Amino acid sequence: MSAEAHPGTPEPNHARRFTAIWLGASVIATPLVVLLLGPELPPGKGSEQAAGQVTDNTVLLGMATPVLLLVVIYLLYAIIVFRQPRGGVLEGPAVRGHARIQTAWIVITSALVISLAGYGTVRLLADNGAGSGSGPKPLTVPKGHRLQVQVIAQQWAFTYRFPEYGGVETTHLELPVNQMVELHVTSIDVIHSFWAYQLGVKADANPGVDNIAFVKPTKEQIFEVHCAELCGIWHGGMFDHGRVVSPAAFQTWIAQQQRYFAPATKVLEPYAKTYSPEPTRRAE
Amino acid sequence: MKVLGVGTAVAILGVLIGLYVSSWATNLPPQVSGSAAPASSGGTQLTLETVAAVGPKYSPSHPDWVSYLVRTHGKWVHSTNFTVPANSVIHVTLYQYDGDSGLRNPFLAQVQGTVGGTETVDGKTINAIKPEEASHTFVVPQLGVFVPLPGVEEEAKNQCEFAPCEGTAHHTITFSFRTGKKGHYRWQCFVPCAAGFIDGFGGPMQTFNYMDGFINVV
Amino acid sequence: MSTTAAAASTPQPLGRPLWRRLLGFNLLTAVLLGVGGYYLGWFIGHQIDGKSFEFREKIDENDVALLLAYFFGVVGFLIGLGFANYPISRLLGRPASLREKEEHGIGRYFGLCTDHKVVGLQYLVGIGVFFFVGGLNAMLIRAELLHASPTFVGPNQYISLVGMHGTMMMGMMTSGILGPFANYFVPIMIGARRMAFPRIEALTFWLLMAAGFILVSTIFFGGFPTGWTGYQPLNDQAVMGMDSYICFFALVGISMCLLGLNMMATIITMRAPGLTWSRLPIFVWSVFATSVLMVLAAPMLIATLLMAALDRSINTSFFVSGGGGSSYLFENLFWFFGHPEVYILALPGFGIVLELLPVFTRKPLWGYRLAVSGMLGVSLLSFFVWQHHLFVSGINADLRPFYMLSTEIISIPTGFIFLCVMGTLWKARTSFSVPMLFCLAWAFNFLIGGLSGVFLSDTPSDTTTHGSFFVMAHFHYTIMGGLIFTFFAAIYYWVPKMTGLRFNERLAKIHFWSMFIAFNSTFLPLFALGMEGMPRRVSFYEPKLHTLNVWVSISAFVLGVSMLVFIVNTVYSLIFVRIKAEHNPWRSKSLEWQVPTPVPVNNFEQIPVFDSDPYDYGTPLPVGPGRPATAGT
Repeated sequence: MSAEAHPGTPEPNHARRFTAIWLGASVIATPLVVLLLGPELPPGKGSEQAAGQVTDNTVLLGMATPVLLLVVIYLLYAIIVFRQPRGGVLEGPAVRGHARIQTAWIVITSALVISLAGYGTVRLLADNGAGSGSGPKPLTVPKGHRLQVQVIAQQWAFTYRFPEYGGVETTHLELPVNQMVELHVTSIDVIHSFWAYQLGVKADANPGVDNIAFVKPTKEQIFEVHCAELCGIWHGGMFDHGRVVSPAAFQTWIAQQQRYFAPATKVLEPYAKTYSPEPTRRAE
Repeated sequence: MKVLGVGTAVAILGVLIGLYVSSWATNLPPQVSGSAAPASSGGTQLTLETVAAVGPKYSPSHPDWVSYLVRTHGKWVHSTNFTVPANSVIHVTLYQYDGDSGLRNPFLAQVQGTVGGTETVDGKTINAIKPEEASHTFVVPQLGVFVPLPGVEEEAKNQCEFAPCEGTAHHTITFSFRTGKKGHYRWQCFVPCAAGFIDGFGGPMQTFNYMDGFINVV
Repeated sequence: MSTTAAAASTPQPLGRPLWRRLLGFNLLTAVLLGVGGYYLGWFIGHQIDGKSFEFREKIDENDVALLLAYFFGVVGFLIGLGFANYPISRLLGRPASLREKEEHGIGRYFGLCTDHKVVGLQYLVGIGVFFFVGGLNAMLIRAELLHASPTFVGPNQYISLVGMHGTMMMGMMTSGILGPFANYFVPIMIGARRMAFPRIEALTFWLLMAAGFILVSTIFFGGFPTGWTGYQPLNDQAVMGMDSYICFFALVGISMCLLGLNMMATIITMRAPGLTWSRLPIFVWSVFATSVLMVLAAPMLIATLLMAALDRSINTSFFVSGGGGSSYLFENLFWFFGHPEVYILALPGFGIVLELLPVFTRKPLWGYRLAVSGMLGVSLLSFFVWQHHLFVSGINADLRPFYMLSTEIISIPTGFIFLCVMGTLWKARTSFSVPMLFCLAWAFNFLIGGLSGVFLSDTPSDTTTHGSFFVMAHFHYTIMGGLIFTFFAAIYYWVPKMTGLRFNERLAKIHFWSMFIAFNSTFLPLFALGMEGMPRRVSFYEPKLHTLNVWVSISAFVLGVSMLVFIVNTVYSLIFVRIKAEHNPWRSKSLEWQVPTPVPVNNFEQIPVFDSDPYDYGTPLPVGPGRPATAGT
């Protein structure tokens, strides 16, 4: 037995000692992580959906911290305390398991995991898809007026169409603050993914698919737009900056876009959920 | 004996890795600087042409691919890697020898981001073309420059077969744009002009030095 | 065990003249026939093509020709190695034999050999070479990311490097532990004289080598832009280099499927007397769980790639929305293979760690049955989670709560493995030899990988992290931290047995510490980069992320150097110094350490009889607070 390593001194109660260290560390670290790191978590509070993701990330981080500490402290404790003396040939205790610990572990991890999945589901439905692309028929749809904005992805640029404003198409995206926006993301060639980072929106752009995401920006800001799905040579170059502005500024901007892009708007195809331009197969 | 064996192996490996890095991974076409424009207009001049087939002289591996070429020191060079000065006006003269393919997104038929928001095609100043007439576009998304290039009519006689094209049927297109701060920007074509590839966007449309390039603003 | 009797036929006649030996079925013939087959396929492809499909006359891209060239090249290569001899001679009515096993000398490592120990070493070296090719690509990617916009490598080359790195690692390393170590040690551990299908065993290795060369050859055909996922329709759109990817992954799939089948057959049918399922070494269990995944998942990949090849070559439209197909179909089919695939990579690592821990802690494996059920549970559940890769794609959005649940449930069996590791470490007598250090590093790395996975399995959180560097960091922690670290643990643990030679311990420790520190210093910041909004596979990024990227690149170069330390150690210890290893340096009680070194061709003179599992370590406990479980565990 391990008493051989410390002749004379009684073996301390390792289980109690380790539990005390871990509990102490968790009680201190978890609130610190949640309170200090939580507000800094991505993607920030640029929209209702982004703020929901921050809350979600904070909960997950708060759950993960004690688990991380449990294993890391355990490993360190075991490494430091349970050693073979240099050149020693001592054997450890021949314990092959512990039914109660195993049962407790299974029950606790199952409860933790299932409650996390439950929380994620609640979050997903409460935030109307939490900014993610939710397919052509989203499960939950926010009430009230939703500004329709279509995102058309193409190798290698995003363009935006506003059906409520004469179907005008623009090269940049501006959105009014505190207005629920219904994004219709589609592609006219390969798979792209529309990622408005600060707004917490990510929706794949699939050819022939209308992928809907909801977002309600809550402050005036500049946000980054990236493509998040590999789409060819200029995948990395497919980025831009969009703006969230006041409703009045948005009206001014969209009117100006309608004027500026009048020549292009004349030749556009009529607004549709998806587009299938020629050539659909191999170009000749 | 062992030292010799291991040494040879290391040397062979080193050479292989060196070749892999230098002649494949970092292999880029030469950078071509814009030349000084005539004093009357000032700025920098960039002379380009687009051709339906680049020809075996410029691209032995893909003679059939559609491509851009650039003129430097009086010769056409197969490169899409341009260098222009920052905070200045770039005058582009483009000889368009290729026929039309039509845009996938007709929206891009409008000229954007050039000086005056227009381009000049064979002497006529316009701010948009017909989407189905587009042959190529010259677009630098990060500079906001979108220039659609109308193609040569199919009925036109004297079509150019492959590069370099001189004097055959073409459009002469000119436009100017301003460069801002220094940077390394990409430019590309938006017309599905790659024959044989799905959506017309494979092959030359996705291979550097054909329909894609860099603009180094220095 | 009467099957081995046939092996005792006439030995290979040695001492024939050189020209006669070069004429036979060997690697040289294989390469010549491979090249010949390649040009034959190329020629046939150009005859077929261009006439039936008019549009191809205008272009010099000929996918039919390249696919046929690869196909005939591989067939020629295998015939040259002698894989056709046995079926043909059986068809001609000649008796069964295992003659290929009876070769002697260094030459048997360069050809078809049915000795599972030779195949194991072939695998170790072959996979090692391609692992370093993949690593070199990673170095070039990081060199490019030293700049916020592309400057060092060309844009096409960058995308191809990303794809080649990912595909090489995800393809080749599926057999990273099963290839070398399971082939070598599973028969010995279960008291068998050979694998169930020795020729298929050799075939899996040579298929993988052919595949590796095909993937590298993509650089001559323009590379491929899709990354390792090969999403359609980008796949369909790409130049001929894409065909290299398709052939590579299809061959890997065939190899994987056959390897898994062989392992399952061996483990089920060839266990020695007394080796009941509950006495099976835990490593063999992990191989079994992995094999189930390989056999069930790989055919899906092969079928998917066949459809992709048809789309590319003869213009079908399985995946082209304009032609009535769907890009979703590819995503679905690919991830139905792709998610089990990542567990194919992770599970053998679990097995290595649990197998090595008892040896170095001098304790029996804690919770044997829990560990087995954990691995089988992961194996089973991994078929029900694949759509978590498609949370934001818009496909089956209503099913996301289900996939969220199934994905998070998979962390329960994974947790079993952690509990078993922790239980085994409790009150242990741990000695920190190099293999043990790698196992402990696994525990840390996989913990980070697993916990970051919770963020990805949660749809609201995944909305930001999906497709970003966060995912990249996550799967490098699980795959590099989970597989590659245990791969090295296995190398340091078992190569002394395989070669009879010892590694230099000081260099090994330098390798471990530099690798562990550089690994964490490379991939921890990537979580932050992903959270700051950097998408994967880009060569442009926001200037604000430049400092962090430079830090990561430099760490990655240190990681590369740590791999060089390993190579130096291997060359120094195994070629120059050649100190004989002790017979059983780790005082292991497992069967493979009880047989002589080098292991005889037929492993055992007499088939052993088992009366316990191999974890008979430790001194029995008197009655105490940690009293043994009654549930049998």
